[in-house]
Amino acid sequence: MKREAFFWISVSCGLVIMAFILLPLIQLFTSPSLDMLKESLSDKDVMRSIWLSIYTAGMAALISFVFGTPLAYLLARSDFRGKRLVEAVIDLPIAIPHPVVGIAILSVAGKNYWFGQILTELGVRIMGSVTGIVTVLTFVGIPFYLNATKAGFEAISPRLEKVSRSLGASMFSTFARITFPLAWRSMLIGIIMCCARAISEFGAVVIVAYHPMVASVLIYERFEAYGLKYSQPVAVWLVSISLILFFLLRILTLHKVEEK
Amino acid sequence: MIAIKGLNIYLRDFHLLDIDLEIAQNEFFILMGPTGAGKTILLEAIAGLVPIKNGKIYIGGKDVTALPPDKRGISIVYQDYALFPHLTVMDNISYGLRFRKIDKKQGRERLAELLDVLNLSYLQHRLPVNLSGGEKQRVSIARALMVEPKILLLDEPLSALDPGFRDELRGMLKTLHRSSSITFLMVTHDFSEALSLGGRAAVMNNGTIEQVGEIEDIFKRPNSAFVADFVGMKNLFSAEFRGTKALVSGLEIELGCTPVNSHGYIAIRPEDVVISRQRFSSSMRNSFPVVVNAVIDQGFYYEVRAQSGDINFSSLITKSSLIDLKLQETSDVIISFKAASVHFF
Repeated sequence: MKREAFFWISVSCGLVIMAFILLPLIQLFTSPSLDMLKESLSDKDVMRSIWLSIYTAGMAALISFVFGTPLAYLLARSDFRGKRLVEAVIDLPIAIPHPVVGIAILSVAGKNYWFGQILTELGVRIMGSVTGIVTVLTFVGIPFYLNATKAGFEAISPRLEKVSRSLGASMFSTFARITFPLAWRSMLIGIIMCCARAISEFGAVVIVAYHPMVASVLIYERFEAYGLKYSQPVAVWLVSISLILFFLLRILTLHKVEEK
Repeated sequence: MIAIKGLNIYLRDFHLLDIDLEIAQNEFFILMGPTGAGKTILLEAIAGLVPIKNGKIYIGGKDVTALPPDKRGISIVYQDYALFPHLTVMDNISYGLRFRKIDKKQGRERLAELLDVLNLSYLQHRLPVNLSGGEKQRVSIARALMVEPKILLLDEPLSALDPGFRDELRGMLKTLHRSSSITFLMVTHDFSEALSLGGRAAVMNNGTIEQVGEIEDIFKRPNSAFVADFVGMKNLFSAEFRGTKALVSGLEIELGCTPVNSHGYIAIRPEDVVISRQRFSSSMRNSFPVVVNAVIDQGFYYEVRAQSGDINFSSLITKSSLIDLKLQETSDVIISFKAASVHFF
């Protein structure tokens, strides 16, 4: 059968998009020599910034997990007036331009604002600190954790929990024995998405904390000071971490689809 | 055992209004009603699983209205089984043991007994995903009974099953009810299920209870047009079974096969009852002379009520048949129906 023109147009567009995404990444991975990659690993600044990226993203995910899980459960299970509004607020960080996030957080934490004054008295510094980085990363990452986890809870029939309760289990036991074992995969997906989002953040971090330097800021600095060639090796390492998270995510989500 | 007084529930999609209901110890009580009548909500309210607006629920004389579900000693079985998908059959069944003060040894004995009674021993290490509908429902019932509840709530436990499994499980439920002191409360749509299992029943509609009473009474003497319409089955008679025949006040009705019980009920849908002026030879093995005592306009159909001795038959015929047969009150006619049209239980 002879294919119609429409088919060939679709295929061509698809190929263009694939090339558009893959070419720059392939080029990025292949331009630095192995020596340069090795050398950058022994560069203390590079290592420190990558570890800081991982650490702060991990902390953001942990905070999202601790504070987000109960809220995600509440949103999945109950219906209340203003629920849509709460859901919209949760999605808000996704829509806000990244530098604006940094500026907004700084304005809350500033000395001219009551909350900032409380923080100063408690000895908490946001500007130029790891605390500040974790704060903005949590801000940009938590919607991803909440949405993934909420979807996971929603997929579990409330009847399972009802049966568990009727068999004598308290709400906590029910969560631990029924809800969590059935939702952990979604929660892990949420944690990974939150981490991936946090690790790739630049705009908000650079406003709140240029120093200590996370990997994305370091890449920017190297690019500004020394040019493309010197920023590439660090970029490769950072992208590798993102890709690892990405593949973990693909494996988990594909597995989840197969289960159904 | 269960007493519900002035219960009101308002949920987003459902509401229950002024429910009053009493169910005795070890009764097999049936709850009937169309979809959306609030039957499941009522069950969940008894188990403490939905918030109630006002009213009281007493279990064994004790006010449990404020008691959380885990403290009530009421088990629930859902139509969709609600098995814990990550636990094996055995772990599903023994799930409740750790929360109840049941001795370990006693628990093991009970598990073995339930596995045996419900014929689940060969499945105990499987996951729910690998079970058939009938097997899943048996596991769900075993899980509910394992914790020795005072009350077992069954939400249409048989409706999702194939007919063969349904009869088998129905028999099991009957046996389990007889051999225990547990009060059973079951929601069903199925007329024969209600009659063969239950003693008393309630019909619900739109969040209220329309009628409560002996099941046979509800079917024979519905107290509202809604109940009459809902129960639908008009030709219902209690019968003695002799071989392949049912004896109903002197009439011998051929069933085509032999019932297990010696007595029970038979029912024939009005649309399966054919009216003729003369006996005619056909495959219909039941034919009786009757006297018409009422012809009622039902819109598309006419309902003809006719009497033989003290038995009242009901038949649905079209308007053209009515005219062809020149039917009127006191006409002498013949009614016929196939042996296969007679439902017995």
